[in-house]
Amino acid sequence: MTRYRTALPYLLLLPALAAELLIHLVPMLVGSVMSLKQLTQFFIRDWSAAPWTGLANYRTAVDFDAPVGRALLDSFGVTCAFTVLSVGLSWLIGTTAAIMMQDAFRGRGLLRAAFLLPYALPVFTAVITWTFMFQRDTGLINHVLHDQLHLVGDKPFWLIGGNSFWALLTVSVWRSWPFAFLTLTAGLQNIPRELYEAAAMDGAGVWQQIRRITLPSLRPVNQVLVLVLFLWTFNDFNTPFVLFGKAAPKAADLISIHIYQSSFVTWNFGAGSAMSVLLLLFLLLVTAGYLVATNRRRGADD
Amino acid sequence: MIDPPASFRWLRRAVLLVLAVFTLTPVAVMLSSSLKPLQDVQGPWRWIPSHPTLRPYVDIWTTVPLARYFTNSLIVAGSATGLSVLIALLAGYAVSRHRFRGRRLFTVTVLSTQMFPGILFLLPLFLIFVSIGNSTGIALYGSRGGLILTYLTFSLPFSIWMLAGYLDSIPRDLDEAASVDGCGPIRTLVQIVVPAAMPGIIAVAVYAFMTAWGEVLFASVLTNDETRTLAVGLQGYATQTDVYWNQVMAASLVVSLPVVAGFLLLQRYLVAGLTAGAVK
Repeated sequence: MTRYRTALPYLLLLPALAAELLIHLVPMLVGSVMSLKQLTQFFIRDWSAAPWTGLANYRTAVDFDAPVGRALLDSFGVTCAFTVLSVGLSWLIGTTAAIMMQDAFRGRGLLRAAFLLPYALPVFTAVITWTFMFQRDTGLINHVLHDQLHLVGDKPFWLIGGNSFWALLTVSVWRSWPFAFLTLTAGLQNIPRELYEAAAMDGAGVWQQIRRITLPSLRPVNQVLVLVLFLWTFNDFNTPFVLFGKAAPKAADLISIHIYQSSFVTWNFGAGSAMSVLLLLFLLLVTAGYLVATNRRRGADD
Repeated sequence: MIDPPASFRWLRRAVLLVLAVFTLTPVAVMLSSSLKPLQDVQGPWRWIPSHPTLRPYVDIWTTVPLARYFTNSLIVAGSATGLSVLIALLAGYAVSRHRFRGRRLFTVTVLSTQMFPGILFLLPLFLIFVSIGNSTGIALYGSRGGLILTYLTFSLPFSIWMLAGYLDSIPRDLDEAASVDGCGPIRTLVQIVVPAAMPGIIAVAVYAFMTAWGEVLFASVLTNDETRTLAVGLQGYATQTDVYWNQVMAASLVVSLPVVAGFLLLQRYLVAGLTAGAVK
């Protein structure tokens, strides 16, 4: 009976562990091994037979003077700029909306449901709709900008060329700010009303209440929220894939799409794996750095 | 906030109005386009259909095998959700109610898989599925089974974490009373814990279903013509050389409906689950 007691938690965990091992951990190990091989389409059926190449794949990936490394570096730069802008805007809009929706008013429930729609819609139907809106000749965006507001002389292309970055950013912010809004709304509910009442008695106006009470109270929620938004946005594949198809324009060539393209379109899995491992190292580094920095700041504040 | 001045209230109205327009425009585009005859979506954009018609809603079922995509998505997302909730419940119960060696290691490892980009294990997983198929004959590549297995692990980390948090908020006295009455751990779980944790379980189920229903990357690589899900099928629909945008919009609306309706109906559980599990 006692042995059963000791074994019980492990038995309960077993299915979860088995699934995680098969789908996440083993593939990650296999991926690291693959990155050391010259794995082209001839070896797909039996990947272990591919010849070892040591760090050659890595050297190709970070040789920024050669086309492959140059393209990877460009894609990395685009991804960083895109992530900073998207996370920043999503956080800003989410915070603004959460604070403004804090007090009850007529129609608040309905508006909240509307704000959550982008989060509830399946990503592919939402992004397909945006694709339609961004069509040059039949889309809504050019109709409003060109035909109605006369802001642009010629109808611009949105899904190819430099504008594709802004199209991608718009869709990304549209999709992720509701999550920030949802999380921050939950976080705001933990702030006791007495705090605001006391501040109002002391003569603090709305802005001071927001700055002195609301924002500091949200700091723990923000710590997690910003990290989650960063990881989602940086790794986003679905949005650019549905918006642009298999080959994203250079200005919107996010890293996930880039690796997918280098692997499945050119059937060079070794190079793709090396890039994936580099991406993983980068994410681990950023996450660890972020957690250390934010925890230290929290410690200093207390 | 306490008595906001009129200026703040006006600013609030303006900001929320702009946000509502930004949020709802794509939904309006979907709705209005799905009621248009084909010539309306081939010319410049117009808000109101010239001749409103329900034709697109009929045509979508014959232009592409939408019913098959639908069935595939339902089977895959439904099974992945059921299995994920069951497995997460067992694991969450263990994490919340038992102190054992490796508990922290387990939670940290499982949660950290959540941060890795899908592309990282897509290539190896594809090769592993192909190898398993070659050596054992179990078809994971191209089958619904492989996709179900993959999707259930996507929602698992967050579900375990959220359910463990939710179970922590249920008093242990309940389990202990049951155990004094002679219930074994499994009976306690089924008869006492599950009913008490229902809101958390519903929240996790909604999350798991949404994750599986909307996933594009793995579906595009791991399925074939027979097992294609909506996420991939609909994209093919929208990238033909001559796109019937009215039909694509009608199809988008139809396949969004189950998730959006479910989400809006059950969102209070999701918010409650988030509050109990995550924002602590």
